[in-house]
Amino acid sequence: MSDLFTTHLPALIIAIPLFAAFLTPLISRINGKGRNFVVIVALLMTFILTIKLAWHVYTDGTFLYAFGSSDASGFALHTPAGYVVPIRILFEIDAMSALMGIITSSLALLGAIYSWNFVEKYETQDKYYTLLLLMTVGMFGMVFTGDLFNMFVFLEVLSISGAALVAFRTEKGASIEAGLKYMIISSLGAMFMLFAVCLLYGQYDLLNLAALAKRMDYTLLDEIALVALIGAFAMKSGAAPMHMWVPDAYGEAPASISLMLVASTQASLYALFRVVFTLYGAHIDPTTIGWLFIIFGLLSIMVGVSMALMQDNLKRLIGYTAVAEIGYMMLAVGVAIASMGSGYSLMALKAGIFHILNDALDIGLLFLVAGVLFYRTGARNLAQLGGLARNMKYTTFFFMIGLAAVAGLPPTNGFASKLLIYESIYLFNPVLAIIAILASIFMLAIFVKVFHSAFLGPELPSLAKVKEAPPSMLIPMAILALVMIIIGLFPNLVYSTIVCEAAKALLDQGGYIAAMIGGA
Amino acid sequence: MLTLDSGSGIWTPILWLFLFVLFSVIVLWLRGFGRSDYKKGTDQTMIFFSGNMEPLKDMVHIRSTNLYWGFTESLSVVFEKLRKAHTGRINDYVYWFVVVLALLFIIVILPGGGLQ
Amino acid sequence: MLANLPFLVVAVMIGLGLYTMLFNRNLIKIVIGLTIIENAVNLFLIALAYKNGAVAPIYTSAPSTSMVMPTPHALTLTAIVIAMATTAMMLSLIMQIYKHYHTLDAFKIRRLRE
Repeated sequence: MSDLFTTHLPALIIAIPLFAAFLTPLISRINGKGRNFVVIVALLMTFILTIKLAWHVYTDGTFLYAFGSSDASGFALHTPAGYVVPIRILFEIDAMSALMGIITSSLALLGAIYSWNFVEKYETQDKYYTLLLLMTVGMFGMVFTGDLFNMFVFLEVLSISGAALVAFRTEKGASIEAGLKYMIISSLGAMFMLFAVCLLYGQYDLLNLAALAKRMDYTLLDEIALVALIGAFAMKSGAAPMHMWVPDAYGEAPASISLMLVASTQASLYALFRVVFTLYGAHIDPTTIGWLFIIFGLLSIMVGVSMALMQDNLKRLIGYTAVAEIGYMMLAVGVAIASMGSGYSLMALKAGIFHILNDALDIGLLFLVAGVLFYRTGARNLAQLGGLARNMKYTTFFFMIGLAAVAGLPPTNGFASKLLIYESIYLFNPVLAIIAILASIFMLAIFVKVFHSAFLGPELPSLAKVKEAPPSMLIPMAILALVMIIIGLFPNLVYSTIVCEAAKALLDQGGYIAAMIGGA
Repeated sequence: MLTLDSGSGIWTPILWLFLFVLFSVIVLWLRGFGRSDYKKGTDQTMIFFSGNMEPLKDMVHIRSTNLYWGFTESLSVVFEKLRKAHTGRINDYVYWFVVVLALLFIIVILPGGGLQ
Repeated sequence: MLANLPFLVVAVMIGLGLYTMLFNRNLIKIVIGLTIIENAVNLFLIALAYKNGAVAPIYTSAPSTSMVMPTPHALTLTAIVIAMATTAMMLSLIMQIYKHYHTLDAFKIRRLRE
């Protein structure tokens, strides 16, 4: 029995939420609270299995799982040219995929716990939980797979369920508009990704990432495929100037879905890095692609913080800061590519990947606080709030921790990753570091504005009866704040174990290919 | 486990926390030198407005639209351009995607690659 | 040159689809533009699968043994199903938008701006 849980881990991690997603509408006919309980238990099991899988990857190396024949001796295609192609879809989980898997499963679990009270007044709750589980399945599939077409399929699963959840509040026209915009943008990006996959398939007759990386000859068609892939995944990650769907989608979705959308955006960023580092590897021109990422990053940072300073709608404001944080990640990884070969290149890559983990936690906590404010007061606009620190003490405390983390104040985890980013990009080019630090100051200004508008100030008569958030919404915020403080006080706990391994695995194209051949 | 080592420096959060607690103790000790006959909720804490009526709390609280007005107004050249660029039309979202694809095409393909 | 004609058609169709999405104001026409791009990519997949002088990969009473690979056909079927799901989703969202906004003009449906 334990063998089932060890050898078939990736399949179980995909299968359990999928099975629960199809079971949810049936159970919700019987009992509403039972359905919530089943969803949370399924996501908890997935979380435990993901930790087990990550443990396996860190101790034993890349985990290879084949849907189909496990090697060339099984069900395979014998071509007349002599070589044997095993027919299978490969899930190849290295340390970077394990990190993204941990982020996905923890955010999904926290989103499901938060949703217990948040959506309890809606009639269509069963569809909400089904779509949440399907979104989790899509994210896991995208980060675990080693096959390009499989990545496209799971990307579309993620996009469709994400767009349906963004448009969840159908009584407001703006939510449906946001859902439609998200769907059109996702579809366009996915179609161009499929175009690139077709180009690669047409030349090499292979869809497996590791096999393509081995056979890649970097012809003109491969360059066109690289352009299409970078464009599509950069748009799905919310890099400026294609970022305009991010505040729309994040701003109109329910707060727990904004949490999942952060994870899905980071899954698209992971796919971008996977394509650039592992699929193309040594063929890309480091200066060109590195400076391209740096320009994307700088634009995202500057546009994100500038637009956030002018916003009044709280969740749109946090959406714009999410764009800026994606800019930080792309800036760090761009410096890592552009300075390939020098001493600080690995440090920049580690800083960028550490920031992926920290940003998921920080922006997630801020979205949950925004959700609490909407749930208790019914106000989306900051101009209608004020003086809530008297009524909501815990929420204020969690918001202060989130503020310190996003602005990069010690001793939170945001400071740890931002310090590493500043130091490594300063060694590359001081001007970039200056712009990044100025943007951090802007972020502090933005969230101090939010803090003053919503929490400080005199007690307004219209908001005198506001109560504290219910426990099911306080628990995810408390867990996130606790994890943020722990990572902030003991950064090496996650940095030297998880993040360094992920950065080394991302750079190690040879190891990725060797794992496939060794397992084949 | 306690220190983060970047290539050019170290960061020890526990040391920072220790110093923060130390300085907080000093600050609170200095705060204790205040007057002890201050009672909240009595006439001592009522707002003095030169004898006028105190306005409603709704009017006193500075709303988020008015914060940072000086900054956004003085840099309004940049901010208005940015605000105009975010039109909210779906056509413009596709337009930026096509522009970025075209720029990527020019940057990545034209210098290096040839027909192979 | 004649053998490259399907690929030329694919490029032209992608261009037409992007043109439709950029310059049309009606939401349904934007979705039609997206459908044109999806069909172009499906056509690309099918056009890639063909080999000169080969037959369909069916083993019983096959006229010759050189056959096309069935993988791209499977990929195309998957892509068609995904395209159908996304188009159905987008059209149902447009129906709901019409109930709220009473217009289908993309220039007017922008309550979410700046």
